[in-house]
Amino acid sequence: MTAPVTAKSIGAISCHVCGLLVSSGLTTTHNARCPRCDARLHSRKVNSLSRTWALLIAAGILYVPANVYPVLTLISFGRSTTNTIMGGVIELAHSGQMVIAIIVFVASVFVPIFKIAALLFLVVSVQLRLKVQRRKRAVLYRFTEFIGRWSMIDIFMISILIGLVKLQALATVTAGPGAIAFAAVVIITMFAAMTFDPRLIWDDEGDDYDG
Amino acid sequence: MEIDKDFTYTESLIACPECDLIHSVPSIREGEQGRCVRCGALLFVRHKNSLDRSLAFALTGLMFFILANIFPLLTFEMEGQSESNRLIDGAIAFWNAGYWELGIVVFISSVVAPLAVLLVLITLLLPMQFGRSPFSPQFQIRLLTHLKPWAMSEIFILGIIVAFVKLQDFADVSVGLSLFAFVLMVAATVMAYLTLDEDALWSRLKEIRA
Repeated sequence: MTAPVTAKSIGAISCHVCGLLVSSGLTTTHNARCPRCDARLHSRKVNSLSRTWALLIAAGILYVPANVYPVLTLISFGRSTTNTIMGGVIELAHSGQMVIAIIVFVASVFVPIFKIAALLFLVVSVQLRLKVQRRKRAVLYRFTEFIGRWSMIDIFMISILIGLVKLQALATVTAGPGAIAFAAVVIITMFAAMTFDPRLIWDDEGDDYDG
Repeated sequence: MEIDKDFTYTESLIACPECDLIHSVPSIREGEQGRCVRCGALLFVRHKNSLDRSLAFALTGLMFFILANIFPLLTFEMEGQSESNRLIDGAIAFWNAGYWELGIVVFISSVVAPLAVLLVLITLLLPMQFGRSPFSPQFQIRLLTHLKPWAMSEIFILGIIVAFVKLQDFADVSVGLSLFAFVLMVAATVMAYLTLDEDALWSRLKEIRA
């Protein structure tokens, strides 16, 4: 069997925006641009691993205040209840809304931690030049990139509640500082998934054939 | 596979965007898909009347977007007092509460990006429908690619559902007209994306410019 033929191996670059295959004859100059869509051409995403690392560390740090600090407070008839992200899920479960509780649990608790763990695994596996299960890792990346945005459910829910429930002493909802940290985790992990280049998973596959 | 490496750029070969493996562009029929043989990423899709359909869905989406902003999404009632909210009120509420960062995030992801996506699609496809070149197709297509992940209307809908369920526990909540418009806007936007075939877009642009 011969080594897999990639754009890189034939000295070409695939445009990250429109997918046009451009020869490196056009791309030897610095800041070369795609002849079709005018996007900057890079063979691989720039500084992919170190950028992804930096974003993952930032997300990991912010994950703590995101879960410790309250995200919303409800004041009704002089009684006030304060919820963290997890507290909100538990309250939904207690009120018998199991389906909604599960959706919120998956989106707000499971997805962020899964995403950080999956990207960490992908980055480390590339750095260790892991040779096995490339296709499964590619699927893991695709899945991670797809689910990341869904964690925003809680932020939208809070924005709706604070905009709607403002009947002074009767019922008022206010946002808590945990919401900022939580939104930051979601956005930073979205960037982390975007900066990771899945091509790196496959880049050393050709080495196996050269012996 | 024998590959002719003698090109400055080519449309007869494509590299998988996720693993870089070279594929020759196959002739697939409308409604069919082509995936990367190595990593399984989706490489090719063909749709019947791709550009016409995408434009039709984008225009539909824009109408519903306008409707979604006129009427209330939810109305909340307690002890004879009531309060309703529009799409943009979530962002304003965060801003007014001193959480301006969240106000900006919610404003972009629920209002600006979904609207911008529709407007970019329309300004791109409508002139092409009349055989004219859009004002800057390269910029518009790049903008569309970068906007996509930040338009979160479909996630906003789930946020509304969760808020609705939470409020039901202690007050009367009712659904406003705009909620239906908003759901239809999301459906139209998703369809506009799904039917848009970027290869068809580039080849049509080439025809128009020739």
